[in-house]
Amino acid sequence: MLDSLKEPVLAVQEFYLLVGRALRNIVRAPHYLDDVILQMDTIGVGSIPIVIMVGFFSGAVMALQMARALATYGQVGRTGMIVAITLVRELGPVLTGIMVAGRNASGIASELGSMKVTEQIDAMRALGTDPVQKLVTPRLEATCVMLPLLTIIADFVGMVGGWIIAYFFLNLTSRQYWNSAWRSLEWKADVAQGLIKPLIFAIVISMAGCYCGLRTTGGTQGVGRSTTQAVVLATVLIFILDLMITKIFVYQGAS
Amino acid sequence: MGDAPPSILRFEHVTVRFDEVAALNDVSFEAVEGESRVIMGAAGSGKTVLLKTALGLIQPDAGKVYAFGKEISCMQEQELFAIRSRIGMLFQESALFDSMTIEENVAYPLENQPSIHCSPEDVHPRVLQALEFVELGETLEKFPAELSGGMRRRAAIARAVVTNPPLTLYDSPTAGLDPITAHTIIALLIKARDISQATALMVTNRYQDGNLMANFRYNSEQGNLERARNGARRGARTTFMVLREGRLVFEGDQQRLESSTDSYICKFVKARE
Repeated sequence: MLDSLKEPVLAVQEFYLLVGRALRNIVRAPHYLDDVILQMDTIGVGSIPIVIMVGFFSGAVMALQMARALATYGQVGRTGMIVAITLVRELGPVLTGIMVAGRNASGIASELGSMKVTEQIDAMRALGTDPVQKLVTPRLEATCVMLPLLTIIADFVGMVGGWIIAYFFLNLTSRQYWNSAWRSLEWKADVAQGLIKPLIFAIVISMAGCYCGLRTTGGTQGVGRSTTQAVVLATVLIFILDLMITKIFVYQGAS
Repeated sequence: MGDAPPSILRFEHVTVRFDEVAALNDVSFEAVEGESRVIMGAAGSGKTVLLKTALGLIQPDAGKVYAFGKEISCMQEQELFAIRSRIGMLFQESALFDSMTIEENVAYPLENQPSIHCSPEDVHPRVLQALEFVELGETLEKFPAELSGGMRRRAAIARAVVTNPPLTLYDSPTAGLDPITAHTIIALLIKARDISQATALMVTNRYQDGNLMANFRYNSEQGNLERARNGARRGARTTFMVLREGRLVFEGDQQRLESSTDSYICKFVKARE
């Protein structure tokens, strides 16, 4: 019984140690700025199309679904508010996080995994570089900067999607929609929550990718396995942490 | 008796375990300056683990490892970088960085080893010199994926020797190569060894590689290999080591190796016919 627990406990410990080392390296020299910018391009700029697509359609579908429920109370005019709040607090951060996890946690895990099985990680250590400093920290930094920005884009595009539905199908005026959307958003309850979440998710996504990639064994088959594990780990952690962060905000009475 | 040459690498009762299985089991040996060591053994006998332990990439579970007189088995990763900058390593599958060109790969140790002080304007000439040494002077801008297996191996040799390390470790330099390319690679290793007089550890499965290492030397005037007189190279010796399931079962010169009656050792020696 105890033996079967050893491995998961060790895995959790290694994960935390890696996160600790990666975070500590942010303030330690040497800094690989080129790698950070390259990763920002891959993770951030590369994810823009998919984030726009997902944001737009989730905002639009949210407007459609909520309008039906609101009509029961004669409150269709508040569609903008519902779309804005759900997007900024929940859908924006979580959907963007999941998209980036699917796209980049897998990418990071497969890249680092291939490097691991072809001894490139060992070669890096042999040639005087700390792989955590050179590979993990730039990915962590890049994701932490880009994911909140992507979430803002997703939130905004989602609201535009909701507006299109409200304007063309629900017969609301633009003014009605945007006023109710804009006024409903509070700084502390909504915006702060909507920006802290992607920051935490960014740590989870990049670290899940790096952790699974760096512990890859067993050739190309192992790389495939790590890639899957990274996406599953990142996605599950996003949902768990989402609940926890939301609970903290609700507890504070801010929601 | 004159002064004994200084010890470059010493293993003292080193044991390395992976999940209860001993990859190295109580291994002790000492490599002195200018010496070549050829390490043979079946797959999974711990040859690669031995080289990685020598470089501090793997920490032993028991025993001590000394490189250049300093114990490296108790060092932190950051401290090891200074020692590693004096050791060149050729990995089994070359381990060139896929995302970098050959020039960037070979320049990597010059630019990143903390204790190698190479000014930025010196990097390019030294890289070019190392690549010309392995006859790959025209592949600077190419990526590793664009080169053949033998060329990748040669580029990796250039990366291993570009800093002129006093100790070089070669992990199966001829594995998976055709006999002609394999011969070229061994010739390069002999050339690198004889020019720099460095200590070398070479892991191999082919006895003829060890045989070439032990009996041939590089003639810098004619630019080819020639048989060393009396079967011995001047001032340097080659020692053979055989590993079996993590244990060092043989250590000695070629003559002793060939006269061994052990059936496991005989399998490697007879493979040359």
